[in-house]
Amino acid sequence: MQDFLSSLVSVAFHGLAYGMILYVISVGLSVTMGLMGFVNLAHGVFAMAGGYIMLSAMNGLGVPFPLALVAAFIAVALASMVLERLLYARLYTAGELEQVLFTIGLIFMSVAVARLVYGTLPQPVHLPDYLKGQLRFLGREFPTYRVFLIVFSISIVGLLWFGVERTRWGAMVRAAVDYRAMAQSVGINTSRLFTLTFALGSGLAALGGALGAEIIAIQPTYPFEHLVFFLIVVAVGGLGSLRGPFVAALLIGVADTACKYWVPEFGAFFIFFATIAVLLWRPEGLFGRAA
Amino acid sequence: MRLKTLTWLAAIALAAASGLAAAQTVKIGIITTYSGPGSAQGDQLDKGFKLYLKLNGSKLPPGVKVEPIYRDDTGANPDAAKRLAQELIARDNVQFLTGVVWTPNAAAIAPLTAEAKVPFVIANAAGVAIPRASPYVSRVSFTLWQSSYPLGQWAAKKFKRVYTVVSDFAPGHEAEEAFIKGFKEAGGEIVGSARVPMTATDFIPYMQRVKDAKPEAIFAFNPAGKQATAQMKAYADLDLNKAGIKYIGTGDITTDEELQNMGDSALGVMTVHHYSAAADRPANKALVAAYKKEYGEKLNPGFMVVGAWDAMDVIFHAIREQNGKIDPDKTMQLIKSYKNQTSARGPIQIDPDTRDIIQNEYLREVRKVGGQLANVELETLATQYKDPWKEFNKPK
Amino acid sequence: MTHAGGYIADSRTRAIEWLPWVLAVLCYFIAPSYLPLGSYVLTMIIFALSLDLILGYGGIITLGHSAYFGTGAYAAGLLAVHLTGEPLLGLLAGTLAAGLLGLITGIIILRTRGLALLMLTLAITSLCFEVANKATTWTGGVDGLGGFTVQPILGLFKFDFFGKTAYLYCLAALFVCWWLVRRLVYSPFGASLTGVRENNVRMHAVGAPVYQRLVISYTISAALAGLAGALLTQTTQFVGLKVLSFELSGELMVMLILGGVGRIYGAFVGPLVYLVAQDYLAKQFPEYWYFGIGMMLVLVVMFARGGILGIIDTGLARLRRKPA
Repeated sequence: MQDFLSSLVSVAFHGLAYGMILYVISVGLSVTMGLMGFVNLAHGVFAMAGGYIMLSAMNGLGVPFPLALVAAFIAVALASMVLERLLYARLYTAGELEQVLFTIGLIFMSVAVARLVYGTLPQPVHLPDYLKGQLRFLGREFPTYRVFLIVFSISIVGLLWFGVERTRWGAMVRAAVDYRAMAQSVGINTSRLFTLTFALGSGLAALGGALGAEIIAIQPTYPFEHLVFFLIVVAVGGLGSLRGPFVAALLIGVADTACKYWVPEFGAFFIFFATIAVLLWRPEGLFGRAA
Repeated sequence: MRLKTLTWLAAIALAAASGLAAAQTVKIGIITTYSGPGSAQGDQLDKGFKLYLKLNGSKLPPGVKVEPIYRDDTGANPDAAKRLAQELIARDNVQFLTGVVWTPNAAAIAPLTAEAKVPFVIANAAGVAIPRASPYVSRVSFTLWQSSYPLGQWAAKKFKRVYTVVSDFAPGHEAEEAFIKGFKEAGGEIVGSARVPMTATDFIPYMQRVKDAKPEAIFAFNPAGKQATAQMKAYADLDLNKAGIKYIGTGDITTDEELQNMGDSALGVMTVHHYSAAADRPANKALVAAYKKEYGEKLNPGFMVVGAWDAMDVIFHAIREQNGKIDPDKTMQLIKSYKNQTSARGPIQIDPDTRDIIQNEYLREVRKVGGQLANVELETLATQYKDPWKEFNKPK
Repeated sequence: MTHAGGYIADSRTRAIEWLPWVLAVLCYFIAPSYLPLGSYVLTMIIFALSLDLILGYGGIITLGHSAYFGTGAYAAGLLAVHLTGEPLLGLLAGTLAAGLLGLITGIIILRTRGLALLMLTLAITSLCFEVANKATTWTGGVDGLGGFTVQPILGLFKFDFFGKTAYLYCLAALFVCWWLVRRLVYSPFGASLTGVRENNVRMHAVGAPVYQRLVISYTISAALAGLAGALLTQTTQFVGLKVLSFELSGELMVMLILGGVGRIYGAFVGPLVYLVAQDYLAKQFPEYWYFGIGMMLVLVVMFARGGILGIIDTGLARLRRKPA
């Protein structure tokens, strides 16, 4: 029993790292879907782009790891601002179907571009030496990088929550999510808010993709393969919420891995059963606003 | 009058020339994977074919040309592959079919080749029973029994208790069955077996169960590509090496094109396979040099590149011997008698009874050579080895 | 949701509605080497029609329609492997199995709306996929279900290598489905569906049994999808896991939106254009056809709401305005 629990802890720990990465990537999607009401299925593209930029910087230009992360964040945030102004903004009034079609088209194009530029093989990830190896903690060994992921993601989450709860920008976002028309009528420039928030959300996705490159391989089909999980995190967590996707991502990361370990035959079913159960019980998600 | 005759003569000459030209252009249908999660493997086949055609495309009888037609099956999609093969045969009139990464795809295509009498030279798909599905199918790549059975027998000399972890599809089942048979026959004990779904990106839960069972070694099989790297990382992350559990398997788990990404945790892993990019036979050195020159200094060819290369060589052999006029039955006879002493993997031949590949299987260990990781060939475990499954399961 | 489809009271068949059938029959004679592709296009048209019923007319956005397509496909395949290769029975099996699943899942999930409903459909199809993935003794898992033969239709028409029989078989099936969907859409039932889509609240207010209507149409839609799946199994004599994948649902939705939602013929035009373009681009640039398709989708959305039929409508309207 002791052994089983200890193995469960080890497995859960790995799942925790995965869940944290999922959160960092998906939180941007939750905010933009809640704020702009835009079904952006192409969110995974930003995560993939972040991963590629970081890896190109590190492998091709020899840029150190922290700098490469920052570069990925900034580059993708800027690029997404351009995309938002040029393309996305035109479709805010279009129906959901049009948005779905558009974002799927974007995914197709970016998958092709990624293959053209980087080839089909997954990108090699060479971690800096100080992040390799194992850490000894509570009498067990844990991979250093996963510990780093968890700590770093939690601090990003903390920063984000602080930003949304305490800053003026955060207040404006919350106002616009709750009641867009009213926010506009009190003078909030919603379109600039959208652009900024979209940039932040995409930048976070890029950061998540880059950080997670070690666990979730960066390759051209990335946006398709992981779309389901980003959507599940957002839907189960609740649109426009920060806390909700956090819990959902934890659930997916930890519980899914634990189930696969405990009951390998049926482990893969857990996520989908959980999604169905939660959405039938609370269709708006765990922390979403009831319609 | 003169002009008219001249025009007629010109017309006849043109017709004869184009008729001749048409007879001497051999169309080859190549089905591989360019999109979707399996594209890394498909890319290897593509590179192998194109490199061969670039370097050897002119080594044909005079007036004979080859026209390769590439198609994307988008992954392990048997229905798409079948439709592509059908179109290649009926629409494009190909005289050869080759390529195919995935066993399910090859299994779906095989019956078509019997109906349409088109020789199919499999460059990768490893399912043992496929050549039996049609008399026009031959295979140049490998079977999992060829590598796993000898590995099982060798492993029993070093380890008493082994846990098997394989990918959940036909080649995975075959690897598992072959290894277990070889291992048990030589006196070993299997402590547990796990099958990992093809869609899994994370091997941690499965490797943790292995750690719990405390075997002396893990026998692993995965379809190369990124899964190989993911499984290696899980092995390292859970510190299985320190726990005294060795990692062994078929060469797919340390596949050459991914090996550099696996990091130093791959050192010491022992595998059995028919090809290693680090082999120092001259034919291989030439292939690796040509590959690096064409595709990049940092890249290494994997076993699928060699599979594609040799498949094209078989086809070219058949074309040369028939001077460009392809007859399916004569082609199969030529294929069945194919021998090549200078393939990059050592001497190979096609078994005339089963139409499957006969080759050497090498025991390799991952070591650092010149600062790079390499599958160093230690010894030849099996020489000119036929697929053992067919020996054990002779048709009644 | 913006699209041109609305309720049309006049249900007589207009002359132009015979055009697709004429084209299809022409194809049989002038492009015999394209018949396997043709069969696939026809099958996807039936699949798209089924989606249009609930998406275009019912207003339910779903990413999980391949659950029903796949169920039909595996039902027909399993029947052929274990019992009989009789094709019409296989079609029936596929339709019934998918319809049953549609009924059960519809009852459970149609109380929700919007993103929650979308995710539920996605979760259901992913679950079906995993079940098929695991149940390798029944479904063959990743390796797929093959090795069965489909007997000649009505004992007379054998499935030939060149796909001639298959093509005509699919065409006949499409005709039946089209007629069914058309009758449904132009009936009072269809009108009530349009009502549900346009103004849910008001439908409740006039006392229409909204939930019941949705469940019924969802079940019919699932049954049709299952029929399409069974057709695919029989024409290719193989069932792969892809039939249950969410990627296929996504692809189908793209095809339908591309053609034009909520107007029956969008389901004809969309798959035709998408699959022919894919076939052409994949031939020229096997590695890069994704880019072309993506670009086409983005352009259609940017410049043409309502899909291809929407573009045609706008074009025709402009032409009519010109002579003045």
